[in-house]
Amino acid sequence: MSKLEKAALGEPATDVAAPSDAQDAFLSVRDLRIHFSTDDGLVKSVDGVSFDVKRGQTLGIVGESGSGKSVTSLGLMGLHRAANAKVSGQVWLDGQELIGADPDEVRRLRGRKMAMIFQDPLSAMHPYYKVGAQIVEAYRVHNKVSKKVARTRAIEMLDRVGIPEPDKRIDGYPHEFSGGMRQRAMIAMALVNNPELLIADEPTTALDVTVQAQILDLIRDLQKEFGSAVIMITHDLGVVAEIADDVLVMYGGRCVERGPVGEIFDQPQHPYTWGLLGSMPRIDRETADRLTPVKGQPPSLINVPSGCAFHPRCPYADLPKGNVTRTVRPELEQVEGGHWSACHLSAEDRTRIWTEEIAPKL
Amino acid sequence: MSETNKKDTAGTAAVPHQASAPADGSAEREVLLRVKGLTKHFPIKKGLLQRQVGAVKAVDGIDFEVRKGETLGVVGESGCGKSTMGRVITRLQDPTSGSIEFEGRDITRLSTGKMRPMRRDVQMIFQDPYGSLNPRHTIGSIVSAPFRLQGVEPEGGVKKEVQRLLELVGLNPEHYNRYPHEFSGGQRQRIGIARALALKPKLVVADEPVSALDVSIQAQVVNLMDDLQQELGLTYVIIAHDLSVVRHVSDRIAVMYLGKIVELADRASLYEAPMHPYTKALMSAVPVPDPSRRGAKSERILLLGDVPSPIAPPSGCRFHTRCWKATEICRTTEPQLVELKIGQRVACHHPENFADQAPQDTVLLSAAKEASELVPDAVLEESAAVTEAATEAAEASATAEDTTPEAKTDAEPAADADAEAETAEEAPAEAAAADAEESAAESTDK
Repeated sequence: MSKLEKAALGEPATDVAAPSDAQDAFLSVRDLRIHFSTDDGLVKSVDGVSFDVKRGQTLGIVGESGSGKSVTSLGLMGLHRAANAKVSGQVWLDGQELIGADPDEVRRLRGRKMAMIFQDPLSAMHPYYKVGAQIVEAYRVHNKVSKKVARTRAIEMLDRVGIPEPDKRIDGYPHEFSGGMRQRAMIAMALVNNPELLIADEPTTALDVTVQAQILDLIRDLQKEFGSAVIMITHDLGVVAEIADDVLVMYGGRCVERGPVGEIFDQPQHPYTWGLLGSMPRIDRETADRLTPVKGQPPSLINVPSGCAFHPRCPYADLPKGNVTRTVRPELEQVEGGHWSACHLSAEDRTRIWTEEIAPKL
Repeated sequence: MSETNKKDTAGTAAVPHQASAPADGSAEREVLLRVKGLTKHFPIKKGLLQRQVGAVKAVDGIDFEVRKGETLGVVGESGCGKSTMGRVITRLQDPTSGSIEFEGRDITRLSTGKMRPMRRDVQMIFQDPYGSLNPRHTIGSIVSAPFRLQGVEPEGGVKKEVQRLLELVGLNPEHYNRYPHEFSGGQRQRIGIARALALKPKLVVADEPVSALDVSIQAQVVNLMDDLQQELGLTYVIIAHDLSVVRHVSDRIAVMYLGKIVELADRASLYEAPMHPYTKALMSAVPVPDPSRRGAKSERILLLGDVPSPIAPPSGCRFHTRCWKATEICRTTEPQLVELKIGQRVACHHPENFADQAPQDTVLLSAAKEASELVPDAVLEESAAVTEAATEAAEASATAEDTTPEAKTDAEPAADADAEAETAEEAPAEAAAADAEESAAESTDK
């Protein structure tokens, strides 16, 4: 159902209007918060994240483990159990709000309009059922077709993702597939209904570089073909540089920097982004003698540090006047165009530190 | 040292065109560990009688040496046998055949008891910081275990020494009585490092020491290992699948494919001019964190399919099923690991960036024809040009001995040239390469 048709039917029925600045966005997320209450306290896994993804575009979400990347993606898909997780904010998918929507309605969208590729294909596929049966199921849930038609479709998808002899492999079990093949099969499963939003959560982390290159190419090709919006969650900045149009850097459940991929790599504004870039050994540059790691450990999401969550690890935390980094939480501020950063450092300081201290060492 | 020289001269005799100056600068360092013809096969048993029906050839004949104070990096895809290699050289698993010499002493067949004193000198850091620490033991007891097992009483007592070690790896010595679950992944990896260093080993084998860690923490651990090496004069064998990390930490690098070393070279040579097509493909696949290079996709080499099964590895060169340069000889004859350039050993009949080792064999295998579609024109062109130049130079020096099997080469190069011409229509730059190929074909015809 297209946006126009929906408007004609008077949908969405919710009283909130879609954010005006996100007219052309296919997915827009506003102030998404996902909290879990545990015995130890409230875990604020995602604490106010906003972003837009357009059709045919790829958003890369990067951050350390525990920064809330995966929780965000599961939140978009509506996969958090209501009893455990408190989800608030707005998620607009093609003009339809999902957070307040009826779970049945979200379920109809899931798999058809939005689909997900998980990190570990071995645990995401059911070991008891044949690969083909799982793809057929995904297709028949959303399409009223016979098993035979669905099977033909599944073979076609397996072929499309580059699995040799798809008509034979369709009757194989997940354990009979190698890691790369399994990941392909899962991509085939995710794409069987031609979803318009594809969320890939670390789709290549468990794979070898050669297979990773194959999978990234595949996702890129399929995106071109179907014009889907893609969210690529990864901790590998190399993958982001390869595939993303926009980048969202997460730290401690919040977005610390967001912008077009070129600017994030050429003119990063946040000390955490600098830290990520400095930590990474690079194959394309002269070898530096030493890496420049981010000191310390990622923050606890129960007791998120006061002020800027990054201040205990930030080498420049004392630069801004007063105790502002420890007391006031920085909000995202526009740097230029679509580039936003949440940091107390003044623009001059940031430019100076980046050009004089960080960039030469990379 | 004499060993490498001997091997080198043997290689020169077998293969005519190659550099013939065996003076190896890095060979001056003393060899700490020497591995010869090492194999490790895991038997596959079936049936009532548990008869052996085959074997997983995890490591299938590798030779290398590790010199004192250096870092040898070992890279390869999963299933190439690099971890098994690590476990065999530390004698955590027994080799099927071959020999391992540590400080000139053969340790291949030492009994557990005889091996025990050696364990002091050879230690291992494991990949999974969660699986390698006993959750029921305190950090103090984990790090002091080596002292207990070896019956070593360090100066000032075990506790003091353990606390010194914890401090050395950047942990708070007061955490002596804490349990592993109270630490994060990076801290656990540091505990594993402290344990490995407790007995002042000479050789540390680290199996994927940082791959389970976040990038920022990974950098901390890489720097720590670097510092410790300089401080304590350690020798490392670092096994990893991340080529950027391996490049950062290693002095020399071995690339493994299906249980074999396909290329062994110092870092600069390997990353600047890889000779084995597999190395080249592997390196081209590493995503570069630079979005401005995204347009320059032309360098990316995509390999077809998966690594073949180590139960029945392909005949000849094991890479021939996925290689875009494979010819008949690759299927029939296994290339030996020979030193083609100083400090760069390669096992390939048609190396990149060097003279072709089997120039008479020009008929591409069907697998190679399929694979070459996945190799960008720029790469093919460049490698053709380099090979041409190197081969011509070599041919000029060697007096023309043109009694190559002409019947074979006559027909095929023409067909090849046709194929080349087809692709040339798509990319005009390709034409030059095709021309060069044709002229080469003509010269062989004469």
